[in-house]
Amino acid sequence: MNFPILSIITFLPMLAAVVILAVPSARKNVVRTIALTAASLDLLLFAWTYLQYLLGGLQGYQFVEQYNWLPALGISLKFGVDGISAPLVLLTGIVMFTGVLISWGDDDKHVMAGIQDRPREFFAFLFILASGVFGVFVSLDLFMLFFFYEIAVFPMYLLIAIWGWVVTREYAAMKLTLYLFVGSVVSLVGALAMYWTAYQNTGVLSFDMLQLEKAGFSTAFQNLWFLPVFMGFAVLGGIWPFHNWSPDGHVAAPTAVSMFHAGVLMKLGAFAALRVGVMLLPEGAKEWSWLIMTFAAIAVVYGAYIAFVQTDLKYMIGFSSVSHMGLVMLGVSTLNYNGLLGAGVQMFSHGVMTALFFAVTGMIYDRAHTRMIPELGGMSKIMPYASIGFIIGGLVSMGMPGFSGFVAEFPIFMGVWGRQWLVAVFASISIVITAAYIMTNIRKVFFSPLPEKLEGHVGDITLMDKTAVVTLCFFMIVIGLIPAIMVPMVETGVENILRLLGGA
Amino acid sequence: MFTPEVFAAILPEILILALGMLILIVEPFWKAEKRRNVGWLTAVGLFAAILVSLFYGQPGDPVSVLGGMIRFDWLGFFFKILFMFAAAVTALLLMNHETVGQRGEAYLLLLASLMGMNLMSVSADLVMLYLSIETASIPLYVLAGFMVADKRSTEAGFKYLLFGVLASTIMLYGFSLVFGFAGTTDIYMLAEMLSAGDLPLMLVFGVLGLILVGLGFKVSMVPFHFWAPDVYEGSPIPVAGFLSTASKAAGFSVLVRLFFVAFAFEGMPEYAHSWAWTLAVLSAVTMTVGNLLALPQKNLKRLLAFSSIAHAGYVLIGVVAFNQLGAASVVFYLAAYLLTNLLAFGIVMAFSHATGMETLEDFAGMSRRNPLLALMMLAAFLSLAGMPPFGGFVAKVFVFAAGVQSGYTWLVVVGIINSIIGVYYYLNAMKFVYLYRLPGEDEEKHPLPLLKSYVFALGILTLGVILVGTVFAPWFGWSDAAALNLF
Repeated sequence: MNFPILSIITFLPMLAAVVILAVPSARKNVVRTIALTAASLDLLLFAWTYLQYLLGGLQGYQFVEQYNWLPALGISLKFGVDGISAPLVLLTGIVMFTGVLISWGDDDKHVMAGIQDRPREFFAFLFILASGVFGVFVSLDLFMLFFFYEIAVFPMYLLIAIWGWVVTREYAAMKLTLYLFVGSVVSLVGALAMYWTAYQNTGVLSFDMLQLEKAGFSTAFQNLWFLPVFMGFAVLGGIWPFHNWSPDGHVAAPTAVSMFHAGVLMKLGAFAALRVGVMLLPEGAKEWSWLIMTFAAIAVVYGAYIAFVQTDLKYMIGFSSVSHMGLVMLGVSTLNYNGLLGAGVQMFSHGVMTALFFAVTGMIYDRAHTRMIPELGGMSKIMPYASIGFIIGGLVSMGMPGFSGFVAEFPIFMGVWGRQWLVAVFASISIVITAAYIMTNIRKVFFSPLPEKLEGHVGDITLMDKTAVVTLCFFMIVIGLIPAIMVPMVETGVENILRLLGGA
Repeated sequence: MFTPEVFAAILPEILILALGMLILIVEPFWKAEKRRNVGWLTAVGLFAAILVSLFYGQPGDPVSVLGGMIRFDWLGFFFKILFMFAAAVTALLLMNHETVGQRGEAYLLLLASLMGMNLMSVSADLVMLYLSIETASIPLYVLAGFMVADKRSTEAGFKYLLFGVLASTIMLYGFSLVFGFAGTTDIYMLAEMLSAGDLPLMLVFGVLGLILVGLGFKVSMVPFHFWAPDVYEGSPIPVAGFLSTASKAAGFSVLVRLFFVAFAFEGMPEYAHSWAWTLAVLSAVTMTVGNLLALPQKNLKRLLAFSSIAHAGYVLIGVVAFNQLGAASVVFYLAAYLLTNLLAFGIVMAFSHATGMETLEDFAGMSRRNPLLALMMLAAFLSLAGMPPFGGFVAKVFVFAAGVQSGYTWLVVVGIINSIIGVYYYLNAMKFVYLYRLPGEDEEKHPLPLLKSYVFALGILTLGVILVGTVFAPWFGWSDAAALNLF
């Protein structure tokens, strides 16, 4: 048995949450310090693990740990990362770290940034959420995957409802929770069906996904259950037409939660749909890939178009997330090498990019008290770091070479072209629209003259904020310039998927 | 006749009886203002009884003792431990109740009812079964109406009595018909006669309907649920908690023993099938009605009453599945549910003790007034909603898994739709606790102190809810061992 690095990474936030809850609520800075320490520790631990995987030239599932949890039903706590999940764990670490920085909370009455109200509960819930997310990415056991998946869902309700935007938070939080819960339980039924069918086929009771891959499900079974399982998870991935909860949720959530939500949680949906839907039911995936591709292509263009007409900065980013997650789904639906590779990198790239977008939007909103694009302007002079961050995010979003977005989107379009060139042509409309709304918004928000209303009371961002922006930008640029630190790794994961798909 | 085995079989009951005697003797000598400490005595005594039973009262291979009246097996034993735990916690919650807490007889009634429940879970004979059901019920009628100065409590007691007596009379009629045709009241003999084809099947189906009325009342299954909301609302809160957990679990312990052993229709799959279908429909209706009616509730006790009806429906999925995993999941679910719902009622009790209020709106700002209590309430409600890492999640997955295994996927889907409704109203309640504020936004001036007995009882329960939800292997092992005795 190896050193249990993955369980430490997964349960560390949970432990931190318990410790935080034990601190008296008045000692806000103690709470914040504990949170930041735990988050940095977790990020560093996984960064080290990630480098080991990468530099060791490893393949397949690594750092595997297994503890029998309920042998009578074949439930075990089995952790491991492969080329697809490792970047996502890294992403979670990054978003958690920067999320804590963003929420640090400036108690200055004029700024009122971050979280001032009950930071103890805020960080505790956020860390429980993070634990759930880590758990899903590293679980190799289907039962445990659901266990962590639900843990990742319910704190969202509290985080949005309590600390969110007063106007829509109750509505948005409940909508989000119900959508996600519906999706996850629909998948759960499918998972139970797989479990019993595998038992009938092989005589072994096991939730172990590596076992279930070999269970030999009949084609009819796969065709029946693929859609419920895939779509159930894909709801969290924001797939059209079940994306409706997502922009509402983004807008209502406090900054760090928006970052988590768009940056990590939507990846959770896409990842689980890929891991459980495509990898366990490959025949079903082939049967239904046309439908997924249609939905995804619509999401890509429709999301971009709706983002284009938004006047609320957060809604704009919310819909652009729908569009970009559509690209992930599009990549998955190709079921070929290029598409899957692009989807894998896009999950990471979009996660960092959208976290950055939401972080900057949150900084602007905290200071200008408005997110309406027509009311904003001149931010580049006041908060240069934030504006540079936003511009870099914008370039990634447009898929500019030299940034991570290009490394991700180019293979996706290649893959789609190889599958169905018409869809590729249709989906590429989104690139133009994306460029249009990113450019116009950057001009308006950052480079137009500062409106009179905002003069005087809008200040620069804090050191914590700057650290977060720089961290996020760093990863987008590094991956754009040196794709070798991520692409070979994702490749190994993709090869594994292709093996299950029978070399399709 | 009195072999050591027989003593072991009724050891928990002997201990409960001794504890009751002790209370009877001690209580009059205590001053009136100290009499609430009988609650500590009861709770500590019951915890001691649990420990002693665990060491000396463990069953071996299932046997019938005392002339076939009692079945000494793991199923009964597991339920007994659960009931005793529930009664101990209820005693702790009861002791600070304003009108009931210092009355020694309340604890005595609780113990008497507990005795009845213990015997219900081990009865192997219809006569014994009926007697134990009545022993469990009659003290509860009194307890529900214990606050004589309160109209609602009197109404609750009376309503519970009337409905209860009616239901148990119908069940008794069913039992008498069985005796008339079969000539025996022994559950295990009945099972043999039935599978040998010695009983007219039409009769069996009729009798099952009659028995189901009595048990359906106990577990508050639709359409025999009407009493539950009013009785829960009117009774002293800890009594309502006890009614909704231990009493319901006792009903299920009888239900699984009767339906898995005596009326299992072994070798007659078509009859077993149509019988399971009847239960499946009842389960679906129970879940749906419970959850839909819980949606508009403003009083937390009524909300919990309807939610407990819905949970009876979920448990029934495990019964319908009619296999070993189903039986194990029923036992597991009941254990998780018992802890969770006791916690929920305990929180309502602690809150209403401090503030004298119990509607949902009164919970506004609670997380600022007492963050610890709010966290415990979060644990309880998320567990009820079926979210990890709390007991409710695992329990639900097991029940659903059992349902899918026996091909009742449609019922599982109904269950899932219902849990979504559940999530809505449980989270809605949490919104009051965490989001809304007191009218003056001055929560600091209205702290919510918790008494020692509450911290102790609620702490144990919260820990239990989390343990069942995370380290579920031992619990499932025990449930499985208990379920094994049914096959």
